[in-house]
Amino acid sequence: MNEKLQPVVDALTQRFDAQVSEFRGQVRLLLSREHIVAAATALRDEFGFEMLTEQTAVDYWPQESPRFHIVYGFTSWQHNLRILLRVPLPGDDPVVPTLENVYPNANWHERELWDMFGIRVDGHSDLRRILMPHDWVGHPLRKDYPLGYEEVQFSFNHEEIQVRKPQPKD
Amino acid sequence: MRTPVILEDGMSNVTLSAVSLDEIKHLVSDRAIEGETVLLNMGPQHPSTHGVLRLLLELDGETIVNCVPDIGFLHTGVEKNMEAKRYLQAEVMTDRLDYLNTMGNNLVYCLAVEKLVDLDVPPRAQAIRVIMTELQRIASHLVWLATHALDLGAMSVFLYCFRERENILDIMEMVSGQRMMTTYFRPGGLWRDVPVGFEEAVRQFLRLFPARIEQYEDLLTNNPIFIDRTKGIGVLSKEDALAWGLTGPIIRGSGIPYDLRKVQPYSGYEQYDFDVPTREEGDVYARYLVRMEEMRQSLRIIRQALDGLPYGPVRSNNRKFVPPPRSEIGTSMEALIHHFKIWTDGFPAPKNSVFISVESPRGELGVYLEGDGGNKPYRVHFRTPSFVNLQALPMLSKGHLVADLVGIIGSIDIVLGDVDR
Repeated sequence: MNEKLQPVVDALTQRFDAQVSEFRGQVRLLLSREHIVAAATALRDEFGFEMLTEQTAVDYWPQESPRFHIVYGFTSWQHNLRILLRVPLPGDDPVVPTLENVYPNANWHERELWDMFGIRVDGHSDLRRILMPHDWVGHPLRKDYPLGYEEVQFSFNHEEIQVRKPQPKD
Repeated sequence: MRTPVILEDGMSNVTLSAVSLDEIKHLVSDRAIEGETVLLNMGPQHPSTHGVLRLLLELDGETIVNCVPDIGFLHTGVEKNMEAKRYLQAEVMTDRLDYLNTMGNNLVYCLAVEKLVDLDVPPRAQAIRVIMTELQRIASHLVWLATHALDLGAMSVFLYCFRERENILDIMEMVSGQRMMTTYFRPGGLWRDVPVGFEEAVRQFLRLFPARIEQYEDLLTNNPIFIDRTKGIGVLSKEDALAWGLTGPIIRGSGIPYDLRKVQPYSGYEQYDFDVPTREEGDVYARYLVRMEEMRQSLRIIRQALDGLPYGPVRSNNRKFVPPPRSEIGTSMEALIHHFKIWTDGFPAPKNSVFISVESPRGELGVYLEGDGGNKPYRVHFRTPSFVNLQALPMLSKGHLVADLVGIIGSIDIVLGDVDR
């Protein structure tokens, strides 16, 4: 681990009860959603991480619980550091507090989280769908959302598949 | 009639409704509700929005009070699709994200896969990757310059820029067989070595292009109309640039020398000597000057990489991830097995994740790649520079005239395929 990053990691683990892991030289901290706003504020104000680079989620349904992990990437331009934070979220209550007040560009990232994963963002100023049409049903990047392909029809199930085949809108 | 599909949460996929005014009420000022200001729709079919960007403008006369971008018209579900493809198959979709920076998209994806599975890349492949991405950067900046100048009324620049871009696309075709959707870089190296005549073609371009940059600058840099349309327009402060997470020429136009090629070098960029151009003004004109200088710096990098181009293989020798050369398959049983395994089954990647970013012509292009122990990526997310940079458009355009908005959009240099993914 980068020696400049060590004090940041130590402080966050102590204050927010975070678990550290490292893979191929990249450091990530796992912490609970109650602490994420405080941790992001500390990163920005105390440790000089000016930029929220990345915000996305991963769906571990059905094999893991809690179901979602939100991934935050922070960048410090002045210290040339990067850190990844991960926040697990249960599938039956996917709510996370917004980072909009700390990093304004979290706005669109969080709209994408809602659009693609159905993760509700508490306190967000404009939580609408961003990429999908506004009246779309379902959240495409969830693992239980079908990819959408044409099912192969055989003589024994031709009728059955014909019924549920998607048809063009009239 | 569309047949309804019942999803897990009990709702159907048949939806037919328009956006109600209540849904967007909070985005415009109260004056719009009272009818004092005008709501105007710009795009998605508008030549100056560089694709399918739709903007909802609230106008007081010709002054922009609010600007609400509406994106997603080019959403292709690349991230979802990649989860169903093997690592090698998924790469072709990266070309389609930012179609003006196909080599850069290939590069970031390959770097991520290589980091995830811990794969080496031979030095020759790294140098060729640098040459090709820098050529691509110039090509991308040429399209930006062409369309940006066209938006502001300088039509001839468009034709000159596309003339030079064609030279670069010829080199792309020479190495990969494709002008745009190249998929030339592969995890562990390149698809194959550059052909005979590649070096001469690039050197020819290096000889020709510096004078051409002078030509563009003659047409624009001291052009009073161009200066009137760009100076003092869309001013971005250092603090705002950082807070909004902007990267690329935009942030360098505001005086922050943040260039990933310099601060977090990848693919051997640390060997090359080049400058990171910055300007303090932070307006549209500053971003123009930064990009023009970047093209010159790219030429410097290409020249150094070409002069020091090492000999050797262009693909890693790790047969678990990279297919063996054709010549071995006829004589070695092991090579045949590896060949068969890679093209039918792919290779497994560990159950872990990496985040890699590179400097694309538009800014920081990042990829979050997670494996699950199998041969398909479990989750791929692209942190695209256009998506993040476009978010600053409302802030930059407030208080300006509608005609200036066109210049501001051009100066952000968005590619809608990159925004919507």
